[in-house]
Amino acid sequence: MYTYSEFDEAFVRERVAQFRGQVERRVDGSLTEDEFKPLRLMNGLYLQLHAYMLRVAIPYGTLNPDQMRQLAMIAERWDRGYGHFTTRQNIQYNWPKLADVPDMLDALADVGMHAIQTSGNTIRNVTADHFAGAAADELLDPRPVAELLRQWSTDHPEFQFLPRKFKIAVTGAPNDRAVVKSHDIGLQMVERDGETGVQVIVGGGLGRTPMIGKVVREFLPLEDLLPYCEAIVSVWNLIGRRDNKYKARIKITVHEHGIDEIRRMVEERFAEIRPGFTGVDQQLLAELTGAFAPPAFKTAPTDAYEAARAADPVFRAWADTNLAAHKAEGYAIVTVSLKAHGATPGDASAEQMRLLADLAERFGHQELRISHEQNVILPHVHKADLPELHAALKSAGLATANIGLVSDIIACPGMDYCALATARSIPIAQEIATRIDELKIEHEVGHMKIKISGCINACGHHHVGHIGILGLDRAGVENYQITLGGDGTETASIGERAGPGFPAEGVVPAIERLIFAYLDVRESADETFLQAYRRLGPDPFKAALYPADDKGRANAA
Amino acid sequence: MSRKFTPKVVTANALLEGDAVWLTADDRWSTDMREAELLEDEAEAQVRLVFAASQPDRVVGPYLADAVAGPDGPEPTHFREVFRTLGPSNYFHGKQADESAEAAR
Repeated sequence: MYTYSEFDEAFVRERVAQFRGQVERRVDGSLTEDEFKPLRLMNGLYLQLHAYMLRVAIPYGTLNPDQMRQLAMIAERWDRGYGHFTTRQNIQYNWPKLADVPDMLDALADVGMHAIQTSGNTIRNVTADHFAGAAADELLDPRPVAELLRQWSTDHPEFQFLPRKFKIAVTGAPNDRAVVKSHDIGLQMVERDGETGVQVIVGGGLGRTPMIGKVVREFLPLEDLLPYCEAIVSVWNLIGRRDNKYKARIKITVHEHGIDEIRRMVEERFAEIRPGFTGVDQQLLAELTGAFAPPAFKTAPTDAYEAARAADPVFRAWADTNLAAHKAEGYAIVTVSLKAHGATPGDASAEQMRLLADLAERFGHQELRISHEQNVILPHVHKADLPELHAALKSAGLATANIGLVSDIIACPGMDYCALATARSIPIAQEIATRIDELKIEHEVGHMKIKISGCINACGHHHVGHIGILGLDRAGVENYQITLGGDGTETASIGERAGPGFPAEGVVPAIERLIFAYLDVRESADETFLQAYRRLGPDPFKAALYPADDKGRANAA
Repeated sequence: MSRKFTPKVVTANALLEGDAVWLTADDRWSTDMREAELLEDEAEAQVRLVFAASQPDRVVGPYLADAVAGPDGPEPTHFREVFRTLGPSNYFHGKQADESAEAAR
């Protein structure tokens, strides 16, 4: 893992000291809120519905055990004993007091973490495949590149006042687990003639105007990555729409100018700035690649794993859903579900965080990951250790066997916390998960992604959910629109709105009808909901959502 | 024709704590909406909002929110404002918990 250099350490400490002074001046009245707001946002501090909220970056979702323990300590000392992991691999604290925030930031700096550029019109936390460095299908670990981008983008003088926020995601595997096509820049490692390079995708995004990103460069040599990204941001920084915040994101710029014109401008700018990159970035990348070298994997028999599988059906069910293929012989990637049925998606208590840190130390080569799907990953666990790991997880309510299933729901905080939300998300997620657990059908239903956002900004990724749910305010009442057929992977697509929305109490029955309709029409248990939707189109699913002969339509607003 | 004025309260977030507060008739900021001053006159509501905005050392982002008179004082009409008087629905945190803590004392 990367550890802070002296430069990083000094920089982060200096920023904390500056912010401490800014908070003091805000409290003593020498700064107005208008003056203070951009300063606090630069440090990840929002003011939400019930309290301040501190958003802490977890760069490319990677944590070591000491960092996870510190997150737990912060939750207990200055918050309410828990944290919320988000769809951008951040952690949010929902209850900090203004005067405590500088101390929280200092505590983060103690373990090489910060909240810089987790808000504002800057380049945000760079996200990556949460299976990075572990996945069997991986070409190249994306984290060295992600860390290079983090260092380049942090406090980059040209990019502190962008037209709008800017998000970069990187994946080193052909199976896209990082939703790269829904980012401002998506970087996908590819191989050509034995050389590894990057396919550069630009102009993806969700929110008010969802767009699938377009390829601006099919194959970029790795050594050109930084100048090429700089060229993209630089072109957009000049021509991006600053007159209208709803048209300011690069997806609109690409849409308005066309990808060919954007490509021409980016290549022109790239040619201009490329000579300025004399290789220092490549030296750094080489060092970073060393820092992210794989751990020393052990060789051991896997008999204990096979025996537990045969003897314990609960363990087997968990292993079938929560493990993924590892590149090292005898190892598995463990996804720890933060989606116990009825719980808040993405929330972990301080005790749970500490246990996960301990388990990463005992069984996981000191590594933890946070996924954009709001789960925790132990990326390197030898199969021989899985039975013991599973038992420990079970004792802390962390052994839910539901990864990739109906109840593994992404939900934004919604109107339970967020000042921008138009409706609540969390209770809808809780109710769907509770209902599907009562029905005992989620393993039969299989792979299904439900994603819920509490407003049009789509933090809950509803556009790319197989089933997407968007909460809105319709004449002073919470109302939920359902979209179908979205996909956030390499076969990305934006879900289509199924029809009129549902009142809160109508959502769970509607989802239940959809699920049973899918079970009726699928060709076999191997055909997923998304595949069935793509084969049949929306009609059978719309018919289930809006049965003509009962009150479904009358209920819909 | 402009819409008919509906009764309002002045509300904001407290600067230090960040929690929802309401302006009372005697110029305090209360964490209990029922103590808020219900403003039935549009001009008076604007005057009170200007007064609230003049206290940046105490509150952030004051605005006028719809309210109706209830048996114990003003009550919210929109669900967002209802949530602000309670706290989140996934945990017993926020105002709902503070209130029961007060009742237990």
